[in-house]
Amino acid sequence: MSYVLEIKNVTKKFGDFTAVKSVSFNVEDGGFFSILGGSGCGKTTLLRMISGFENVTEGELLIRGESMEGIPPERRPVNIVFQNLALFPMMNVEKNVAFGLQRQKLPKNEVNSRVTEMLERVGLIGFEKKKVTELSGGQRQRVAIARSLVLRPSILLLDEPLGALDRKLREHMKIELKVLQREIGTTFIYITHDQSEALVMSDYVAVMNEGQFEQIDTPKNLYKNPATSFVAGFVGESNEFNITSYADGELTTDNGCKLVKPGLDYQPKKLFIRPEAFILDSPETLPDVALINTRIKNILFDGANTKLSVVVKESADEMLISLPQNAKFDNLHDGDDLQVGIHQDDLKCYQN
Amino acid sequence: MKKRSGTFYLLMVPVLLWLGLLIVIPHLDMVYRSFRFETDDWEMVFSLNNYLTFFQDQIYWLTFVKTALYSIGVTFLAFVVTFPVAFYLTKVVGKKYSSFMTLLLLIPIWIGELVTVYGWMILLRDNGVINTFLMNIGIIKEPIEMLFTNFSMTIGLLYMSMLFMIVPMMSALDSLDDSLIEAASDLGASKWTIFRKIIIPYTTPGIVSGGIIVFMLVIGDYVAPNILGGKSSLWFTEQIYNKFLMSFNWNEGAAFGFLLLGLSSGIVWVALKLSGQKLEKVGS
Repeated sequence: MSYVLEIKNVTKKFGDFTAVKSVSFNVEDGGFFSILGGSGCGKTTLLRMISGFENVTEGELLIRGESMEGIPPERRPVNIVFQNLALFPMMNVEKNVAFGLQRQKLPKNEVNSRVTEMLERVGLIGFEKKKVTELSGGQRQRVAIARSLVLRPSILLLDEPLGALDRKLREHMKIELKVLQREIGTTFIYITHDQSEALVMSDYVAVMNEGQFEQIDTPKNLYKNPATSFVAGFVGESNEFNITSYADGELTTDNGCKLVKPGLDYQPKKLFIRPEAFILDSPETLPDVALINTRIKNILFDGANTKLSVVVKESADEMLISLPQNAKFDNLHDGDDLQVGIHQDDLKCYQN
Repeated sequence: MKKRSGTFYLLMVPVLLWLGLLIVIPHLDMVYRSFRFETDDWEMVFSLNNYLTFFQDQIYWLTFVKTALYSIGVTFLAFVVTFPVAFYLTKVVGKKYSSFMTLLLLIPIWIGELVTVYGWMILLRDNGVINTFLMNIGIIKEPIEMLFTNFSMTIGLLYMSMLFMIVPMMSALDSLDDSLIEAASDLGASKWTIFRKIIIPYTTPGIVSGGIIVFMLVIGDYVAPNILGGKSSLWFTEQIYNKFLMSFNWNEGAAFGFLLLGLSSGIVWVALKLSGQKLEKVGS
């Protein structure tokens, strides 16, 4: 397998502050790779190093096997879609898309045919002469992507380009971007703080925290088997517990649950359980399922995302349980007692 | 249309008085005078003779052409000199220093044109600062004649008008998002291309609006051409001044004044057409 991008122990320092701490990863050609992290985690700095706007303090950055050291942004085979899109307001759609091709001094008819081909691909035929200020948010998005893709870069970098869109359009663009990436086959590296964007679109997601990668994995694995407590808490929703004691495969949490989790070869400190992992009204006969007695404090109605806020008996700490919206559970009320089950594989324990 | 209240009209009074008394009425009087002509029989008649003088007597329109060309030149120089400064202040230094430095730029305006012009005389005259310095370090033997030439006049005009170029240009550059420059660079543009294709087109409204102010100030200036230009540098405003105060021919002076207004407006109009700008857009 050839790697389009190889990052080897890359570190970036701004004065005393280390924004990116010795990060290493490889991106396969033709994939959709996301870097997910909260604001200030260093993901934008990493992106700017790949595009060439920031120097690498230490380490090595290779694109298609070639070192990018000392190569300025205009000569790198990567293009970037900026967070605010950065379309040129004094040019129309066509000129925006043609800008990069004209810089390569290509013959005029080739420029025109490639621009038309790209506009067709993103569905902007008929908008060639429109000013970019007259377009809707989604159309502007597509111009920005077309402007970069028309140069046929090895990698397309996207810096949270969906952030400014409203919710409906964002959901739509997510799917559109994924489809576009599949069709064109260009490697996309997508920076975002929105986990749903990362999970829906990506082949691989890297979760970044304080300048380091916590885990690089497929979206499904990231969700099912978080490698660290940060990932478990950051990706998806989770109930977090502190573990007070662990012995002989039995653990006790600070809110008094006694649960069985055999085979840990370390002393766990933190326990994460996803809201949807709880089995409501669990039959007592299921294997490897521990039962917890709870009382319902609140029903937080949110359509398909409706949650129960419950307290474990004899404790004040609340935890969230997903409540499927079907006839079976329609008669639950605040204050009801509820027995829930949890399979031992859904108990995610961490050392710190 | 909304019905206006009495307060609205009351508040309009100062504006209308100002426009009427100080601008409209004197101008109407001047228009009237510019068409009055004294015949050989000392009779006042309506005539176009005052305007014809301008075209018939070579010295007048040659002076005007020179004034116009120099004004265009000074405007261009003002752009060349101030653009790097404006770029530096808005894009290179941080916000903190930029406002302080802009303040420093404004100081010459507080002093007034006359004083700064005399300041330039001290620098440029034969035994002035520049000549003395150059002779002391041995680059020249004889002082270079700089004062009372077109050179010294150009410097004076440039110095007094430069700031009016910088301010609109800075506000245009300020609104230019840095990511546009980065995007252009990412798409393969060299520094020169970014300047030519992104920065200049983006700031054109600011450049044109600054250019109009500078051009109008320079073409209508009297102090710098008169004091720094000396006898050899004729400026059209001096011709108008001479008509009014030397030959006491107010009628011809008024006609020349309107010719200056008309011709300079014409040049501004051509400049707007050439740069593809609209006056409303530039004015805002």
